[in-house]
Amino acid sequence: MAPTYFNEMYQNGQVRPPYRHLEDWTAAMPAELRSLKQAEAEALFRRIGITFAVYGEGGDPDRLIPFDMFPRVFTASEWARLERGIKQRARALNAFLVDVYGRGEIVRAGRIPARLVYQNEAYERAVAGIVPPRGVYSHIVGIDLVRTGPDDFFVLEDNCRTPSGVSYMLENREIMMRMFPALFRESRIQPVDRYPEILRRTLASVAPTKCDSDPTVVILTPGHFNSAYYEHSFLADLMGVDLVEGQDLFVEGEFVWMRTTEGPKKVDVIYRRIDDAFIDPLCFRPDSMLGVPGLMDVYRSGGVSICSAPGAGVADDKAVYTFVPEMIRFYLGETPILQNVPTWQCSKPDELTYVLENLSELVVKEVHGSGGYGMLVGPKSTKEQIAAFAERVKADPGNYIAQPTLALSTVPTFVDQGIAPRHVDLRPYCLVGERVELVPGGLTRVALKDGSLVVNSSQGGGVKDTWVLAE
Amino acid sequence: MILSVLHVTTYRYDTPVRGVVQSHRLTPSSFEGQKVLRWSVEVEGGLPGGGYRDGAGDWVQSHSVRGPVSEITVRVSGDVETRDMAGVLRGHREHVPPEAYLRETVATAADVALRDLGQAAVTGARDPLDAAHRLAAAVSEAVAYVPGATHAHTTAAEALARAEGVCQDHAHILIAAARSQAIPARYVSGYLLAADAIPHEAAHAWAELWVPGLGWVGFDPANRCCPDERFIRLGSGDDARDAAPIKGIARGPGSESLDVTVAIQSVQQ
Repeated sequence: MAPTYFNEMYQNGQVRPPYRHLEDWTAAMPAELRSLKQAEAEALFRRIGITFAVYGEGGDPDRLIPFDMFPRVFTASEWARLERGIKQRARALNAFLVDVYGRGEIVRAGRIPARLVYQNEAYERAVAGIVPPRGVYSHIVGIDLVRTGPDDFFVLEDNCRTPSGVSYMLENREIMMRMFPALFRESRIQPVDRYPEILRRTLASVAPTKCDSDPTVVILTPGHFNSAYYEHSFLADLMGVDLVEGQDLFVEGEFVWMRTTEGPKKVDVIYRRIDDAFIDPLCFRPDSMLGVPGLMDVYRSGGVSICSAPGAGVADDKAVYTFVPEMIRFYLGETPILQNVPTWQCSKPDELTYVLENLSELVVKEVHGSGGYGMLVGPKSTKEQIAAFAERVKADPGNYIAQPTLALSTVPTFVDQGIAPRHVDLRPYCLVGERVELVPGGLTRVALKDGSLVVNSSQGGGVKDTWVLAE
Repeated sequence: MILSVLHVTTYRYDTPVRGVVQSHRLTPSSFEGQKVLRWSVEVEGGLPGGGYRDGAGDWVQSHSVRGPVSEITVRVSGDVETRDMAGVLRGHREHVPPEAYLRETVATAADVALRDLGQAAVTGARDPLDAAHRLAAAVSEAVAYVPGATHAHTTAAEALARAEGVCQDHAHILIAAARSQAIPARYVSGYLLAADAIPHEAAHAWAELWVPGLGWVGFDPANRCCPDERFIRLGSGDDARDAAPIKGIARGPGSESLDVTVAIQSVQQ
């Protein structure tokens, strides 16, 4: 049976209300104009400098992520529900982090296995007992969502460490507004350009108690060879904060300092885009050249805040993911607004048996993998690929989880032959500090290949502007 | 017993270094087996950072030296009143659950030989405490105390294969064997009053195993005993590197040489 996909623009031959303007817009755009506009968009992206490093495929590693001009649209009421669900999840994930580095009530209550938490690679014993300012471990929570029907949204995964891609949300909007100003006059689209300001305020709101003046915020990047370096410098620019590498910072006495031409300047909040293992060679990997020696001692004694806080990764592990609805019930006493995708843990023998018997229908992922690498999409794979993947799963079952292949919704997308439906997902960025905030929008990723369900940019995915209409 | 400690560590650099940062676990643990009467940690020319008690209950204090310097001395001295607790770490406040000490590290990764050692030792044990004692005894049997046979980066598997080592190796092997049998285990650094009472070139180390009902219990396979009133406990970690009393880093091209003296004496009351 061929699955049916929810088309976000057309239903039963009718255009759904939020897409009404876009029907006229495409009707009024002949093919020549479209290719002209597409070239213009590409030139804008090239000039601004958004490229994305793609590894392991040879060729030019700094390539453009394909931008599709056809926007994805949500109504105000659709978004209102998503927003409640996303904020609920972000609050629960942070409550979980404070708990497992504190008394571990959720484990004591038997609601999540101790092994999954305390033997997890991402559990940092070094931060046990620490409650970061305002009880926030994950300040930027990227929640990956897919849609399968008018009211059916599923969370694919949570990203509690340093989710990337928000620069595309901002750039896509900027470029659409430059190219199609009329569209933005006709439709009432909620702005996303306050994101950098809200991020700045969020980061400043978690300054450590030892900070008694206007906090100095910096972004710590691994450097220009990192695939998301463009985003790091872009956000630093928009927030008006310094972009630094490990060598620009040093520890002296109770604080972290930044080298500047006017002498050392105290740093209060570090938005780091470096993994835990690399941020302090004294505490974690001794061979790391990217971090700041002594940083963790300053952090743990309350001299600096680190965002996301070290150890936040234990909440977004794909095996822990299964328990997020439980966290929402346990910490918030609420019913989860957004659903999880049913997930099989290959670490459990009976579930492994099921997974191995049904590989051709499932999506199988590595527990710690990301970026669409090391995954199997059963229905899109050959017998040989499935057999090879089965061997990998059998060799290390605990490293894999499996999910049903979801009927991802589609949005019209410009393709060589005209306009065709392509599968999409959505990553909104929830900011958690003194307040929990979400700009109306996110990054819509689109699988450009016909029939493909893999939207990752490293696997040939593209991006779209994401609109949330005003009431 | 009252133990008097003088522990002096000197780092010398052949060319001056800058930006020295050190993280110290050099303060005796707070539990029923020991009480600090007098204690000081001095770093010449060092600027103290914010100290804090970590989740495992250790007091951690950092020091930084801007430099350039070609020598740094860390001088630890004090008196501690100790009691024989038969190795039991009673009254020690910590946040880390024992399950967090089941993960392997490079130094404590279990190979087949370590797993076999662990399996053979616990087979037939009457209870968890008995299993822990059998494990410690098995390690003492398997590895002779031979200074100089191993180095700071020798892993548990390598030391067991050699059947020789020092206290660090004994502790690593015991930890690896215990974890292979799902018994939480950790590395402990501290001081020991030696029978000969002459100054040594290194501090001491042993292991703690989690025994349900008792909590953390120390075992010193190098000395075939559980820590008693001759021991002073400083701090713990996953392995020797993690639990090191002094971790440090300095910027500069030069090479570093290290000079350590540890003198522990019992003071007449």
